[in-house]
Amino acid sequence: MISLRKLNLSIHRLPILKDVSFDIAQGQIFGLVGESGSGKSMTALALMQLLPQGFSASGQVMVDGTDVLALSEAQMCALRGNEIGMIFQEPMTALNPVQTIGDQVAETLLIHGKANKAEAAKIARRMLNRVGLPEDKFPASRYPHELSGGQRQRVCIAMAIALRPKLLIADEPTTALDVTTQAQILELLQELVAEEDMSLLLITHDLAVVAGMADYVAVMRKGEIVEQGQTEHLFKTMSHPYTRQLFEASSHQPDHGAKTQDTPILEVINATREYAAPRTKLFHRPPPFRAVDNVSFTLKRGESLGLVGESGCGKSTLTRAILGLDALQGGEIRLSGEPVLAGQHMPTHLRQKVQVVFQDPYGSFNPRHKVLRLVMEPFHLTAPPDNAREHVAEALETVGMPADAMDRYIHEFSGGQRQRIAIARALVLHPDLIVLDEAVSALDVSIRAQILDLLADLQKRLGLSYLFISHDLTVVQAITDRVLVMQRGKIVETGPTEQVFTSPAHPYTKQLLDAAPQIPADWQAR
Amino acid sequence: MIRFAATRLLSLALSLLMASIVVFAVVEVIPGDPASYMLGLNATPEAVEALRNELGLNGSLWARYIGWVSGMLVGDFGQSYTYRVPVSDLIAQRIWVSLPLAMIALLMSTLIAFPVGLIAAARRGKFSDYSIMGLTQLGIAVPNFWFAMLLVLVFAINLHWFGAGGFPGWENGILAGLKALTLPAIALALPQASILARVMRSSLLETLTQDYIRSARAKGLTRAQALRRHALRNAMIPVLTIIGLQFSFLLAGAIIIENVFYLPGLGQLIYKGITQRDLVVVESVVMLLVFAVILVTFLVDLAYAAVDPRLRKR
Repeated sequence: MISLRKLNLSIHRLPILKDVSFDIAQGQIFGLVGESGSGKSMTALALMQLLPQGFSASGQVMVDGTDVLALSEAQMCALRGNEIGMIFQEPMTALNPVQTIGDQVAETLLIHGKANKAEAAKIARRMLNRVGLPEDKFPASRYPHELSGGQRQRVCIAMAIALRPKLLIADEPTTALDVTTQAQILELLQELVAEEDMSLLLITHDLAVVAGMADYVAVMRKGEIVEQGQTEHLFKTMSHPYTRQLFEASSHQPDHGAKTQDTPILEVINATREYAAPRTKLFHRPPPFRAVDNVSFTLKRGESLGLVGESGCGKSTLTRAILGLDALQGGEIRLSGEPVLAGQHMPTHLRQKVQVVFQDPYGSFNPRHKVLRLVMEPFHLTAPPDNAREHVAEALETVGMPADAMDRYIHEFSGGQRQRIAIARALVLHPDLIVLDEAVSALDVSIRAQILDLLADLQKRLGLSYLFISHDLTVVQAITDRVLVMQRGKIVETGPTEQVFTSPAHPYTKQLLDAAPQIPADWQAR
Repeated sequence: MIRFAATRLLSLALSLLMASIVVFAVVEVIPGDPASYMLGLNATPEAVEALRNELGLNGSLWARYIGWVSGMLVGDFGQSYTYRVPVSDLIAQRIWVSLPLAMIALLMSTLIAFPVGLIAAARRGKFSDYSIMGLTQLGIAVPNFWFAMLLVLVFAINLHWFGAGGFPGWENGILAGLKALTLPAIALALPQASILARVMRSSLLETLTQDYIRSARAKGLTRAQALRRHALRNAMIPVLTIIGLQFSFLLAGAIIIENVFYLPGLGQLIYKGITQRDLVVVESVVMLLVFAVILVTFLVDLAYAAVDPRLRKR
């Protein structure tokens, strides 16, 4: 039904896709897997003819017998949303903030002239019900900002399938969502495919997601499909080395045999942080929201402690308190025995002991400064030493970057390199504790594996302690000794990582583990 | 929405109160005694004192402030020292020149800027975009009094389409009034339209890169439909801000243009009030302008909320 033949794509003569060919049968879920820059999204945009300016495509992209590459823009507009629907990665920004969800779903019908206003509204309502947004809780008059990420992705799905297209393209539909929400959205997509006899092109970087969803899988690298086949068969054989490499990277287990000492480095004692709730009436304010509720734990020197939980569970609030950025309302945080205080009250020698690495390797650097200045930044806590360049060179070399990187700007580096530089910046003051806040979540699996190895190696060499905050259970399982599971501001379970992952005690932990997509154990290639 | 409007209204009232205190205090500390100014250099101290009593300048600060504010609330702005007529009469004559002038200029500016900004954004990087951007650059750079004189030269002196200046008064017909205000309004509108068009263009272009535009295109909307149905409304917030600022500027800042065209507007009134130490006039007109600015800000706030549902909750 959908058939790509030798699709080539280039921008200003730079090839992006090389001879991409595959078929998607009716009612099939086709998984397209690859790392960032592999060309998987470009393949989808070529199918939709929504390529950015400057791209030229050649080859054949047949949709139900017509070659979309030969269609005019007007014909494409009639096709988009009607024959092919598409949903994207970022549900938070994918909807128009000033239009109601009902109007946005109805627009798909109106724009194609398939219904009048009243009918379109009725069908939109039915579609919203169908994607799990029942009318009593989610009237069509709701605006996107009143919905969560998962709910917004449901609206996007309703928008995309309102005209019952033959093909739905889902480009990383769950990457920005929590595991339990991801599981629900994937389930919904599966149901819709079965009910509507629709085909689904599922684009993802996550092998485990395609393993659980797709009938057929293609693996992409650098604009080419290196291997494709029926899902189970592909996983069991992994005939191409890149597939194997991808698989190994995604389940990479760094060697983190660092010794944990008995002395605590970080003690959190009954930490509580509340946020005032907004007024609902002029003289009525509902009770404050407890973001962190009576949390206590100890992190020992040389230990790697994981903190897992879904978005909104209080991870970030707790992290900010540990870093001395926000004050607590109750309880205490002690760093090597000294109290952590917010803001200017915290002595610099204490602040020096804890450093942080954030998630976004693109947003966490000032693009106008050279790497030297970026890595030197923590020195504002102490006086910058005379041989600052040497310190920076040493830190860069520790993380496996050449020392001459310091004279370049941050945009000259890839995401993985930037994250190394972020780690160098954290190391330059020789801290005892590094807080890794989703530090590898934005990285591709192979880069992620390298960074995890680096972290394990640094821990062994420098005797560092890690507080590893992540929503990604595989990563936490790979790198931590002990894990805390956080739900609605409370630590619901804590224990050695292996034990928590193999025999979870709390129902919430079980729920998280069940929701995480897994590659069946007997599929894994030898 | 009602709560939003109510809180905005409350803040409007508070702003007015603060402004009245500041205006009163500033006028109070300005050196120069209106009574001695009015009577000239040779006045005897007794005559000055008598006039001060007559003008009510000898009461306590507090009493005078209360008197001034409560007077204004019922439309009594006091007596002008120099014109010897109620300030409210002076303002009433002038405001019917300044207000229509500002409104016509703003209307022109908006009517020019919207389509121009839209075309430039829709045709980004093409010749029409570059030419429009070049012209707006020129529109901002040209001083408006020079442009005003150019307009007089071409349309009044050479073509005789309009008068060169002056204002016949509305009693001589609306058409005559509008005709007298046309050239000054054009002179005022040109730079404002240029600024607004540029803001409109950049705001639209920014909006067009948003994810929801991509979603809209994936639904089957054409580029133009996506622009019209999704980008336009989202791009309005910065544009509304600029429109609000421009109205305030046009109402109070038309003084140079009023002089070029010899229009009896508020700008002239306040200018004369300052040079002649006619403090009652200065206080009152400044307060009126402050009121206008705060009112416009309030209306812009309401417009924000009308455009963006996310703002209605606050």
